[in-house]
Amino acid sequence: MANLKALRGRITSVKSTQKITKAMNMVAAAKLRRAQDAVEASRPYAVRMERVIGTLASGMVGRDDGPKLLAGTGNDQKHLVIVATAERGLCGGFNTNIVKAARARIVELQSAGKDVQILCVGRKGRDALRRQYGSLIIETIEFAGVRNIGFEHAQPVAQKVLGMYEDGAFDICHLVYSKFESVLAQVPTVAQLIPAQVADADEIEQPDLDGAVYTYEPDEEDILRALLPRNVAIQIFKAMLENAASEQGARMTAMDNATRNAGDMIDKLTLIYNRQRQAAITTELIEIISGAEAL
Amino acid sequence: MADRIQLELVSPARLLTSMEADMIVVPGTEGDFAVLPGHMPVVSTLRPGAVDVYSGSTDKPSERFFVAGGFAEVALDTFTVLAETAIPMADLDRSDLEQEITDTREDLEDAKSDEDRQAAEERLSQLEDMLDSLAEFTKV
Repeated sequence: MANLKALRGRITSVKSTQKITKAMNMVAAAKLRRAQDAVEASRPYAVRMERVIGTLASGMVGRDDGPKLLAGTGNDQKHLVIVATAERGLCGGFNTNIVKAARARIVELQSAGKDVQILCVGRKGRDALRRQYGSLIIETIEFAGVRNIGFEHAQPVAQKVLGMYEDGAFDICHLVYSKFESVLAQVPTVAQLIPAQVADADEIEQPDLDGAVYTYEPDEEDILRALLPRNVAIQIFKAMLENAASEQGARMTAMDNATRNAGDMIDKLTLIYNRQRQAAITTELIEIISGAEAL
Repeated sequence: MADRIQLELVSPARLLTSMEADMIVVPGTEGDFAVLPGHMPVVSTLRPGAVDVYSGSTDKPSERFFVAGGFAEVALDTFTVLAETAIPMADLDRSDLEQEITDTREDLEDAKSDEDRQAAEERLSQLEDMLDSLAEFTKV
């Protein structure tokens, strides 16, 4: 039975695949911890920024002469969609889900007759969107080889986006990324980046000031003007960190499943292998016995 | 009212340092200002420069950080500095900085695209700011 040899080969190959997926699972688990720490560590800055902007912006809402990043351009014809994905695959539905959310958004905007442009952050997003929306992709920013996402990686993206906004290349900007809920759940999220979405002033937790009121230096509007572009960078940075954590979480789950599947497959193959081996032995025995009987 | 003030230096990536101090001097956009315990609540933007932390004596800063712009918030007895870049002055070295300035100048000359040039220019002005505040620091 030549089949036995082929089966042995299959079993060995599945075993080595299992070893690889298991290693990837462990690497992802270690990276996930680091990525989660990074998300956690970036929170104090974001929280304070949000609070100050929220407080300042509540006084500006509805005013047309406010900063452009808050009030908008007054149009909503031209849209920019930033699609933030991973650089690598083999992480389950992570990239696919982000791209799916982005695609839904793009279709929705296009059917409403809007002009859409796409900025890809991460190679996988471009790969997936290239065929369908190749002409809409204005640029792809890749972070191949970057181990830990730092603020210095988010800044060039923010500068590019802000530069385009200044030039009037778009009116509204959305950011598509994956929010990290838990190792098992990563939620593709579409967030509006420009004009800035401001939390309700009442919902923002204010520190107890004993009735004192903030003094602003220079005045409130100038501070807001200085902070809003920074906030764009922070939002992008936050999305990239969440993405990094989500990616590792998704990869961990995917690789865990793959390891389990490989285990199941090995069991099944071993069973077939043993059965065939038994059958071969039995056939051989019958041949010997019937040979002896014939004499 | 507490007699000391809590300083928190935060960068986008992490909380850099959290310490108690007697007085903190920061480079506000409209001029340097000092913050003592019980200071009224203020929000101010910062220009590139040095944040001085006075602890123990008020003659000489016990710690000094270089910040490349950002903003600061005083609320009761906590003082939060939000800065994109903050480096302890003790970690800066004059000759390293000068070397890097020379390198960046060369980059600026070699820059081919506008973006490269702009990046080099920004880096250069940041480095020069660092050098200036370092010179001031070593004078103290």
